[in-house]
Amino acid sequence: MTVAGGPTVRRALDEAHRREWAFVVAAAARLARDLDLAEECAQDAFVRAAETWPRHGVPANPGAWLTTVATRRVLDLLRRERVLRGKLPLLVDPRPAESDPPVLEEATVFRDDRLRLVFTCCHPALAREAQVALTLRLVCGLATPDIAAAFLVSESTMAARLTRAKHKIAAAGIPYRVPTGADLPDRLDAVLDVVHLLFTAGHAAPRGDALVRPDVVERALQLGRTLRALLPDEREVAGLLALMVVTDARRATRVAADGSLVLLEDQDRRRWDRAGIAEGGALVVAALRGGRPGRFALQAAIASLHAEAPSAAETDWAQILHLYDLLLRVWPSPVVALNRAVAVAMVDGPDAGLAAVDALAGDARLDGYAYLPATRADLLRRLGRHAEAAEAYRAALRLTANGAEQAFLAGRLAGVER
Amino acid sequence: MPQYTILIYEDEANWVNATPEQFRAVMEAHDAFTAQIAEQGGSIVAGAGLQPTATATTLRTNGAGSPVVTDGPFVETKEALGGFYVIEARDLDHALTIARLCPAGTGGVEVRPTIDPSQM
Repeated sequence: MTVAGGPTVRRALDEAHRREWAFVVAAAARLARDLDLAEECAQDAFVRAAETWPRHGVPANPGAWLTTVATRRVLDLLRRERVLRGKLPLLVDPRPAESDPPVLEEATVFRDDRLRLVFTCCHPALAREAQVALTLRLVCGLATPDIAAAFLVSESTMAARLTRAKHKIAAAGIPYRVPTGADLPDRLDAVLDVVHLLFTAGHAAPRGDALVRPDVVERALQLGRTLRALLPDEREVAGLLALMVVTDARRATRVAADGSLVLLEDQDRRRWDRAGIAEGGALVVAALRGGRPGRFALQAAIASLHAEAPSAAETDWAQILHLYDLLLRVWPSPVVALNRAVAVAMVDGPDAGLAAVDALAGDARLDGYAYLPATRADLLRRLGRHAEAAEAYRAALRLTANGAEQAFLAGRLAGVER
Repeated sequence: MPQYTILIYEDEANWVNATPEQFRAVMEAHDAFTAQIAEQGGSIVAGAGLQPTATATTLRTNGAGSPVVTDGPFVETKEALGGFYVIEARDLDHALTIARLCPAGTGGVEVRPTIDPSQM
């Protein structure tokens, strides 16, 4: 143990919270067979750490220290509340109870535990918003008020959502385990969707003035790294991490000093994080290798091509269009088709791009999607059809609630109205 | 093992116009399903097919006095409750694996955990 001063201990606590929270919850859940109790005991362990570390120093292995404190607390509470808890539904643990030793095991068990926690939080029997909230709370350790703020609901609404979800896991018997065999691909897909949703929610806040919520972005990235470490053979895990890393490498330039949105083509490429782009590029290679690439691998490859172009003018749009064609095949989403239309405009000119956009206009799935009129507006502007562009910018403005995006669209609208 | 109830919701219109052959085919599908439950490692506790909602009678309490008797189902829906199974399964994943095999025509099934009186 090292006895350290205040700021060092504070940093150690923050670091431990970021790195070890999921371990601690997962280990506690294995013993408690109750996510509420596990969460409470993990919380207690961090409170104890905040009290004792400043006095006695940061332990050599903070994760083991926290896990020991949390699991002891579980056993303590279980003993005290045995009668009371007998009436509550327990987490379904597929392993026989006697194989659960009350003491710490080697690291491999915890790896597995963390994955079990992730897959349980993202079980398809839970609504997507519940999956996201549970993952942020139990896996990432974000506090309920912060989760509520990130998704623009009241704290009590978010607390109720979390309670309901944890209750359903216990009452409906959602098993606390990593799916195997034929179930794994679909279940992993759901997990990746949740992580990606966290990342995009952090990266383009759905409402409010700030475009980026760094805390949520950090948690999503960290979760992606954890999954990559735990599931090294899953190519889409590499693909999702690549997509997040490459996108995040441009974070510093996406918003100007005054908080306004900066388009990709106008961003200062010298300020992009070269190390992040290189890391993402290597992950893209891993994600594309061996068999048909998945949707995250392809999206990451596209983001990577953008990030590696020395200038906007030197972007390899032909290759990007080819990747969009492949992406549309594995993921026939109208949003992908819209992005493909932008690539068409860059390769074959704004007229061709506009035709591709207009072909999507009747798709009900794009109703209310601000990027459709915004893309249309941009192409019309480039074609010099300013009156039609203004109309499309106004339509896009009506559909976005993000302050930074509104300011950008209003600026473009003023430009074509002159 | 915990118990789950599989509630089968189907468009009744499909039944009204069913030929005897079609009806028999559905009954055979249910027989096959009951065999599959055991193959999947679950078991059947109970089950029943219901006559159409046109034969239903509802008793609805309205706070005071005896319930009001009305003709028809408790809730009018296009896809109506047409039958159910109570099964034993290891956990929700196991119950859903079994429920996936349950015949439900063009409708679907709802899976609900059953209350365990020993835990009340």
